[in-house]
Amino acid sequence: MSVEPALLAGEPAARPPKPGLPGRLARDGGIIFGALIILFMIVIGITAPWLGTKNPSEINPSFRNRVPGIEQTIRNDDGTARTFTYRMGTDSLGRDIYSRVIYGARVSLIIGITVAVISIAIGLFIGLIAGYLRWVDAVVMRLMDGLMAIPAILLAIALVSLFRAGVMSVIVAIIVPEVPRVVRLVRSIVLSVREEPYVEAAICAGTPTHLLLFRHVLPNTIPALIVQGTFICANAILLEAILSFLGIGIPPETPTWGNIMAEGRGLFRIYPHNIFFPGICLALTVLAVNVLGDGLRDKLDPKLARRV
Amino acid sequence: MLGYILRRLLATLPVMLIVAVFVFLMLRLTPGDPAAVIAGDNANSEQVAAIRNSLGLDQPIFTQFFIWFGNILRGDFGESYFFKKTVAELITSRLEPTLALSLATIVIAVAVAVPLGVLAAYRQGTLIDKIVMGFSVLGFSVPVFVIGYSLIYLFAIKLNWLPVQGYQRIGDGFGGFLQRLILPSVTLSVIYIALIARMTRTSVLDVMGEDYIRTARAKGQVEVKVLFKHALKNAAVPIVTVIGLGVALLIGGVVVTESVFTIPGLGRLTVDAVLARDYPTIQAVILLFSFVYVLINLLVDLAYTLFDPRIRY
Repeated sequence: MSVEPALLAGEPAARPPKPGLPGRLARDGGIIFGALIILFMIVIGITAPWLGTKNPSEINPSFRNRVPGIEQTIRNDDGTARTFTYRMGTDSLGRDIYSRVIYGARVSLIIGITVAVISIAIGLFIGLIAGYLRWVDAVVMRLMDGLMAIPAILLAIALVSLFRAGVMSVIVAIIVPEVPRVVRLVRSIVLSVREEPYVEAAICAGTPTHLLLFRHVLPNTIPALIVQGTFICANAILLEAILSFLGIGIPPETPTWGNIMAEGRGLFRIYPHNIFFPGICLALTVLAVNVLGDGLRDKLDPKLARRV
Repeated sequence: MLGYILRRLLATLPVMLIVAVFVFLMLRLTPGDPAAVIAGDNANSEQVAAIRNSLGLDQPIFTQFFIWFGNILRGDFGESYFFKKTVAELITSRLEPTLALSLATIVIAVAVAVPLGVLAAYRQGTLIDKIVMGFSVLGFSVPVFVIGYSLIYLFAIKLNWLPVQGYQRIGDGFGGFLQRLILPSVTLSVIYIALIARMTRTSVLDVMGEDYIRTARAKGQVEVKVLFKHALKNAAVPIVTVIGLGVALLIGGVVVTESVFTIPGLGRLTVDAVLARDYPTIQAVILLFSFVYVLINLLVDLAYTLFDPRIRY
C-alpha cells in the first residue's frame, strides 16, 4: 500500500473542487447525448416553417408516391418557375414526407411533455393525500390497483374510443394509465418520509397539514418525479405514435410520425421510406428521452437505480 | 399454502370488480343510445323501446351493472354491434392466433434474454455488458411496428425467406403456421427481451457477491454451472416477477403486432372494434386481457416458492 505523497509532505492534497449537481450532470455521456438530441428535435419543431418545408397537409395529386430526392418544377403565377425538392419523397396523396416528418416533431414533443407534466401533477396531488391520510389511502389505492390491472395501451385504446378523435383526447387517453404509477411512487415516498424526525418535529411545532406536505414532504419527491417524468414522456411519445399508427389517434391529416407511418402501410412493399423516415425520428427521440432518464436516475435517485 | 392461495384469490376479486366497474361505466359514458345502435336505422321508436327493455337499459344504473356483471360471469358478453355475432363466439374464433403469438414470444424472449442477462452480469463493465444494456435501452425505444416493418423489409421483401404477412391456423399445416409465426413473434419479443435481460443482469449481479457463489467456485464448480445453477436460481424471483409484469407490455404489443402482420387475433379485433365503436366487444376484450394479466401475476406470486423454498406462506 502506498502513502499519498501529499500526506507525507504534511500539506493537504490539492483537490479539484467537487462539482455541483449541474456539473455532475454535464459529465454524464448519456445525459449529454439525450439532452442534445431532444434539443435538436425541439429546435426542428420550432423552426419547421424555415427548414425548406411546405404545407405538410398540402395534397398534390399529380405527384403521388415519389421516391426521395425527386424534384418538381412549380410555375408561379407571374410566369417564373421554381423547383421544389421532395427530400423524403411523397406519400400516396402527394404530400411532402420531409415536411410532414419535420412538423411531426412538434406533435410528438408537445404530447410527450404535456402528458408528463399533467400526469406528474395529478399523480403528485393524489399521492400526497393518499400517503398522508389513511382513510383516503385505502379507497384511492384500490382504485389505482384496478386501473393498473388494465394494460396501459389497452386502456388508452379504450379511452380514445370514448371521445372524438383529436390531440386533446389522445393526451387524456395517455394520461389516465400513467397517473396510477405516479401515485404509487409518490405515496411510497410519503410513507417513508413521514416517519422522519424532521416531519415529526414539524408536526410538534404545529405546522398545518397543507404546509407540512408542501414544505417538508413534497421536496423529497422531486428527484424521483423528474426521473419518472422523463420515462412518462418517452412512453407518451411512443403511445401517441402507436395510437395514430393504428388509425385511432390524432386525425390522419395532422402530420404526426404515427400518422405518416399509418399512411405508408398500404404501399410499404414498394415505398418503404414512408415508414422508415418517421420511424427513425421516432425511435431516435424516444431513445434520447430514455437515455436521459437513465442518466438522471443514476445521478438523482440512486435508490431507484438499484431497483431496476 | 392453500390458505395463502385462497387469500390471494380473494384479494384479486376487488381489483377485478373495479376493472369491471370501469369497463361498465365506459359504455355508459359514451354518447349515443346502444338500443338505437342495435336496432339500426330503419327501426321505429317502439322497436327501440323494446330493445331497450330487453337489454334492461330502462333499469336504474346499479341494477344494470349487476345484470351486466351477472351475464359476464355466465360467459355472456352480449352481442357485437358490428360483427353481428355474440361477443363470446367472436372471441373464441380469434383466440388461437393470439395465444400462439404470445406463447411463441414468451418462449423466444426467455430463451434469449436470460442467457444475455447472465452474460452481461458475468462480464460486468465489459463491451459485451455495454452491448447488452445498449440493446436493452434500444428495445424500449424502438416502437414495435418499426421493428416489425424493418424485419418484413429485410427477411420477407429483400431476402424473401419468410412470408410477408398473414396467419395460418395450426390445423392447416404446422410448417406454414410456424413460418408465419416467426417474424411476428420475433418482433414482439424485442421489448420483452429488453425488459427481462435488464432485470436478469441486475438480479444476477446482486447475488454474485454472495458466499455460496465463492464456495461453489472454491469447490471447483464449472463456471457455467456457478452462473446458471447457483446464481440464476437465487436470482430467479425478481426475474419471474418482471416476466409476469411484462405481460402488460406483451398484451399492448400483441395489438400492434397483429395489425402490422394482419393476424386475425384478439389484438386486431380490439382495433377493429374501436374503429367500429363496437362497445360490447371492446368491453369484453379489455376485461379478458385484464383478467389474464391479473391471473398471470397471481400465478407468478404463487410460483415464488418453487424458486425460493425459504418463502413460506
